[in-house]
Order: sequence, then structure tokens, then C-alpha cells
Amino acid sequence: MSPLSRRELLGSAAGLVIAFNLPRRGRAAQMAPPPPPATDPNAFVHIAPDDTVTILIGHSEMGQGVWTGLTMIIAEELDADWSKVRVEHAPAGVQYFHPFFHMQGTGGSTSTRAEFQKYREVGAMARDMLVRAAADRWKADPAKLRTENGFVINGSDKLSYGALAKAAAKLKPSEKVALKDRKDWKLIGKATRRLDTPEKITGKAKFGIDTQLPGLRTALVARAPVFGAKLKSFDASKAKAVKGVEKVIKIPTGVAVVAKNFWAAKKGRDALKIEWEGGDPVDSEKQKAEYLSLAKTDGDKVVAAGDANAALASAAKKVVAEYDAPYLAHATMEPLNCTVRIDNSGCDLWVGTQFQTLEQMTAAQIVGLPPEKVRVHTPFLGGGFGRRGSPRSDFVAEAVAIAKIVGKPVKTVWTREDDIKGAYYRPAFVHRVEAGLDAGGKPVAWKHTIVGQSIAQGTLFEKMIVKDGIDGTSVEGVSDSPYLEAVPARAVTLHTPKNAVIVHFWRSVGNTHTAFAMESAVDELAWAAGKDPLEFRAALLADKPRHLAALKKAAGMAGWGTPPPAGHARGLAVHESFGSIVAECAEVSVNADKEIRVHKVWAALDCGSVVNPLGVEAQIQGGIAYGLSAALHSAVTLKDGKVEQSNFHDYTVLRIPEMPEVKVAIIESDARMGGVGEPGTPPIAPAVANAVYALTRQRLRSLPLKLA
Amino acid sequence: MSVKLEVNGSIKEVDAADDMPLLWVLRDVLGYTGTKYGCGMAQCGACTVHLDGDSVRSCQVPLADAVGHKIVTIEGLSKDGMHPVQQAWADIDVVQCGYCQSGQIMSAAALLAKKPDPTDEEIDRWMKGNICRCGTYQRIREAIHKAASMKEAKK
Repeated sequence: MSPLSRRELLGSAAGLVIAFNLPRRGRAAQMAPPPPPATDPNAFVHIAPDDTVTILIGHSEMGQGVWTGLTMIIAEELDADWSKVRVEHAPAGVQYFHPFFHMQGTGGSTSTRAEFQKYREVGAMARDMLVRAAADRWKADPAKLRTENGFVINGSDKLSYGALAKAAAKLKPSEKVALKDRKDWKLIGKATRRLDTPEKITGKAKFGIDTQLPGLRTALVARAPVFGAKLKSFDASKAKAVKGVEKVIKIPTGVAVVAKNFWAAKKGRDALKIEWEGGDPVDSEKQKAEYLSLAKTDGDKVVAAGDANAALASAAKKVVAEYDAPYLAHATMEPLNCTVRIDNSGCDLWVGTQFQTLEQMTAAQIVGLPPEKVRVHTPFLGGGFGRRGSPRSDFVAEAVAIAKIVGKPVKTVWTREDDIKGAYYRPAFVHRVEAGLDAGGKPVAWKHTIVGQSIAQGTLFEKMIVKDGIDGTSVEGVSDSPYLEAVPARAVTLHTPKNAVIVHFWRSVGNTHTAFAMESAVDELAWAAGKDPLEFRAALLADKPRHLAALKKAAGMAGWGTPPPAGHARGLAVHESFGSIVAECAEVSVNADKEIRVHKVWAALDCGSVVNPLGVEAQIQGGIAYGLSAALHSAVTLKDGKVEQSNFHDYTVLRIPEMPEVKVAIIESDARMGGVGEPGTPPIAPAVANAVYALTRQRLRSLPLKLA
Repeated sequence: MSVKLEVNGSIKEVDAADDMPLLWVLRDVLGYTGTKYGCGMAQCGACTVHLDGDSVRSCQVPLADAVGHKIVTIEGLSKDGMHPVQQAWADIDVVQCGYCQSGQIMSAAALLAKKPDPTDEEIDRWMKGNICRCGTYQRIREAIHKAASMKEAKK
């Protein structure tokens, strides 16, 4: 049996109950989340007497646009006046539990598709309460009333929502409410500008790092320079001599310097003398050699059909290829931070997090409070990309531990160097593919070995994601590849080596490397078969109409089949992830310094139906930019256990001169709604590598892509 | 040291270490949190402010060097968020997470003050010091052209 992919798990409508087991300080606390309560529209919709409608959303705005998209869904059914709609992040609470995750959280490109039905119901329930309140006022039959743009209307009479809100909030929500027909949607499906723009273009938007409180202190932490190393001793005398430094304390993750402001804390930390011992001397070069060697042996079974070895032996033509991808840091623009205030009334957290419930549980346990005494305030997140959704609550646990010792409100801040060197990386992976073609150029055998660390192993999510020893996030994109389904004899296996480098979800997770391996290998086979890469793919995807339509759309927009400008070439890739299918065609050239330049990208997305096309386009453009950083630049490497990069000068990312012109086509279909935050990322690296091959006949199998 | 700083047209008393970067003076001492920390080494541009009209990385300007100059932050770029660059940013729907955008907008405003109608190449050259991890670059280019086309930018 092949393991369920993360997508399938998270997409399971039946839902999965995560049993929380947080071992800490020698005791284990169990949290079995309560069954979801009946939806209360009052938890989501607040209407003020001046008709301002404030929507509380349970998901974190980290750039992906839920602040606008989720609000559109509620406002649609509410028949709200869009110009009077405001948004806030909800506090941590069971009303806001994710319908798939059974805790409050944001990730897996799930927010819109998971909440679509519920948020429509919330809007419709609130509307129904307003209508009934108006009916009471008018002594009218609620069925005879209608709503429009923030008013309940009865013939020539009308009452604004603001005038009705107080009475409506006292009514019992109806369990069954009618939802609008799709043809009556006024907001859903319309390109809509973001609601958070006014704050974000004037400097008024508050991110976690902007939290200010009376008496607030700033802490920086010196953490082990080698993963797994332990603190041996430290000398704080020089650090304490820095003006503004108030405390230097030992904490589980290292030594914290607490000061009046960031600059003093930084100078204090620089002045610390620390001795560490032990640790795991991971070395990226050696690791790659080990992974490549492991990949020549069979691992744990993921997919098996037919006899791949026999089919390979009798194949007319064989392609053997090894692909590799390095560790990657997320490098969110806002470095990690968490502000904690503990007082008689409980504990307050101001933290840009993707997992409110976990942070609440973690803080409760460290401080010794019931979870409801921990109030989680979610400011804007200056990028998430997975880093701010930690099953270990790592940076929150550390900040709470510091504040508990200090006894004053403390903001713990990571420097950029802490971020780049601080693990929670996309794991390094190696793929080895051996594939065979018959005499007619049709793939008949596919043997595929994947080597890389498990993200979920040893975390709260292990039970959900790891099945029969296979971490679904290590193989997603290969195990469920439509190309593999078209190959009669196939075998996929997985090796899961361990080391002390903590690995983590990184925008599109396993698909970051599996799409690169699959789409590069398919391209290699097309060339080996002497066939056009588009036609070769189309033949394999004959039974996958959505993949085929996306591929043909992207290729068509790019003018596939017509000659590109002189010195340019095009490459293709199509990949399904998070319930959506994205095809991309990249047009590249190579300059005199042998640098790859990506000029244009045509992307075609099928995500079922769309709430905000303007936001979807932004996510595909952004997903491609994020993927291009990894395709062309970024790598975290280790030598003798130490990370060799530290900041944006050596952990390089895409800058504006390298941003291609990205054209996005949205293919609306009747398919179940998919995600859009992540699926734009996976196809870009292989699309670029395939274009570089078409141009130079150099097959680049190593990320980031570098020409010899 | 205790000094006077001119920020967004008003004089502020500042008591801080003279080597404290202007970035942290603005954020931690004066409470202007619109200017962002992203790298601390002039690599990302999130901390961009105007010093006597020029765009500078405030993480590299020690307090002592900022004294006697006119400092403008994102909070002071316009009274009501109606600078042409801000208007264009809103119109083109540029922002995503928004964290880098204060710096992007301050850089773009400084560019347009020097080059009222920049080409794509000029935009790329000027803006390459501002990183955006959400990948809003395409809309940034578009918005700078849009701002350039607004009359106000061409004074």
C-alpha cells in the first residue's frame, strides 16, 4: 500500500484528530482537542452601530491573501457593504479550529478550500440573524425580506446592519441556512484588491517584531554553532558590561542576553564567551556522497507494480539520472520573534505564528497555566513559508522560557544570521531514477530511489504523516505522479537517514524536490526518445485531462512550437500539489558569465474554483519567484557541523533584475477547490532546467542550477 | 549620548549609544516601527529611509552620523498615504506579507525623485538592493511605472 500523501491527509474531509503529546520538563500532557463546537457567527462577524463590519478570521495573514479572500467569502453571504468591511486576526480559540487540522492553524495551502463552506455558512447565518432582527422590528415575515449591500429591505423600508446588530446578536443562530447560488455571487470570483494594503504601504501595519509594551525588554539568544552541541560553560562578564544589558541567562537552547533594546542585546551577545561541546559534525559534501551511495540500494517500499528490474533489463533504451537538492532556509523577510508578557492575569503572546493552538498549549505548559489563560495575539506575519508553523513550537517555547525567568515582558528576536544558521530547513534530498523506453520510445520501466530526512518523524505530526515508515512529505509528487501511473513496471523506495539538523516544511514541502526529479527525468526521457517534450508528456498524461489542459495552456501561451528569440530556449513542467495543477513554461538564456537568465514564465493553474483571481495571480507569481531563488541561488551547506552561510550576501535569493515576466492563466474547472499558496513553486526549477538543456544540451541535475 | 534628531519634520530628543544604528533608534527608541530590520548589513533594503532626500540603509547609519540631517521614514513620506508611489502600490495591489514594502516604497520614491520616468533596466538597477521574499517584484516594476505616469511624481 502506498502511503497517503500529505495532501490527501490534510484534504481528508473525514478529518483527523491530532493527539497532542508534548513531553516537556519530564511530564507529558495530553490534549485531545474537544469536538468542534457549533459554528457561532458572533465569533466571526462584529457589526458596529456605524455599520462597520469587522470580520475575524481564524487564519494567519502572511502575504498569501487570506485577510482578503476569506473575508470575501463571509461578506458575500452576508451581503455586506464591502467598503465598510474590516478584518482582524481572531484570538486563539476552538471556534477558529481548522476544519482539517482540528487545531487553529494555517498551512498546506488549505485555508480557502478548507473554510470555503464554513465561512459561507458563517456569512449566511449572520445575515439570517440580521433579517430575523429586522422582521421582529417590523413585525414582518422574515421570508418576505431581502438584503443588499449592508441593509435589510422590506418594500420601501430599509434598516442598516448597524442598526440591527445589537438585536441580531441576541438571536439563536439557525442551524440550517440557505447559501447563494453561484450565479448570484457578487464578490467571490471577482478580482479584488487587498484589504491590508493601506496599513502596509504607510508603515502602520503591525508585525510581531513591531510589538511595543511598557517596560518591554529585548532578548537575543546565542545558540549552539553545531547542531546537537551542548553548552559547556560561558563567561558573561563582558556582555554584562555593555550599557543596556540587564541579564544574561542560561536557557535550554543556549544563552540569552536580555537588554533594554535590540542593539544592546546584540552587542551583549557579541561579547559573550561560550564553550560548547559535542554535536553532530554534519558535512554537506560527505552527506551527498552517502545519499548517492544509499540511492543505489533499495529503501522502504513506496510504490511497486510489475517487475521494474526485469523491465529495465529488457528496455530498448535506458536513462539513469541522479538529482540532488540542498538544505534551504526559509529566510522570511521578518526574522523570527515572539513577545511574551506573563502577569497575574495569565500570559500574552504576540507572535506571528501559523499554529496558534500549539503556541497556546506550549506556553501554558511552560508557564504552568491552563491554555485558556494564554492569550495568543496574531499580528501580521512577515512571511511564513512554513517556518512559522512549527510542530515543536521552537521559537515560542524559547521566548516563553526567557520571559518566565526575566519576570518582565520580553521580545525575543532572531537576527538574520540566527535565521540562516538556525535549522528548520527544507531537507537535502537525492533522487536516483532509472527508467527504460521500449523501441517505440514509450516508458516501460521506472525505478526510483529517494533519500532524505523525514520532516514529521519525532514531531506531533508523525502519526498523521508517517505511515509504514514512509514520511508522506518525502515522497509526495513521486508516489502520486500521473507519469508513474502510465509506466507499467515501477518501483519507488525511500531511505530516511537521520542527523541532528532539524528539517521542516518549506513552501510546497516535498514537491520542491520531487517535481524537480520527476519533471527533469521525464524531459530526459523525451529527448532520449527523440520526441518533442510537450508531445511526450501529453502521451503519458492522456488519461489526465486537467494536467493535459494546464500543460497545453502554458505551452500555448508561450508559443511552444514556434521559434523563441535568438539565444533563448523554452522548457516545460507540470505538477500537481495541494489539490491544484500548475503547468509552467520558462524561457531562458545564458549570458557570457554562464549565468542563467529566466526572461518569461507562462503559468497555467487549475485550482477548481477561485475566490480572488487577483490574489491567485499574485500567489503564482510569488510562488515562482520563491522557487526561482532555490532554482538559481540558495543553498545551506554544512562543514564540520557548522552552517557556512549567514546572511543574504551568501544565502542568496532572487532580486528584482532576475524576476521574469510571469503570465498567469487560471483554468476554472468543476474540480474540488485546490490550494494556491504553494503549487506555483514546484514546476519552476525543472521548467528552467529543461529550458537550459534545450539551449545548451547540458543536463543540470543539481540544485541550485549552475552551468559548467 | 543625548542628541536632537529631525525625523519626519519634527525634532526628537534621543538618548542612545552613539554607535546605535539609526534603524534601532527609529524602532526601539522613537517607536517608528514602519522601518524594518531584515539583515543588519545593507543586503536587503527593508530599513531604507531618506536622509536629506537620498535613500539610505538605516542599519548602516550610526546615530552620530544621522544628527544634523533631515530623516524621513515611511510614516513621514506623505500625510495620508497619498504619495504617488503609495497610490500606485495600492492600485497595482503590490503587497503580500508587506514586511519589505516600507523599504521598497522609500527606495522607489527616491528613484522617482531622481528619474521621473525610469526604464525597466533603471528600475531593476535601483531596486536590486531591496529583497522581497514573497516575490512581488513584477508588480513593483509595474507600480513604479504607474507612479511615474502620475503627474505628482513629475514635479
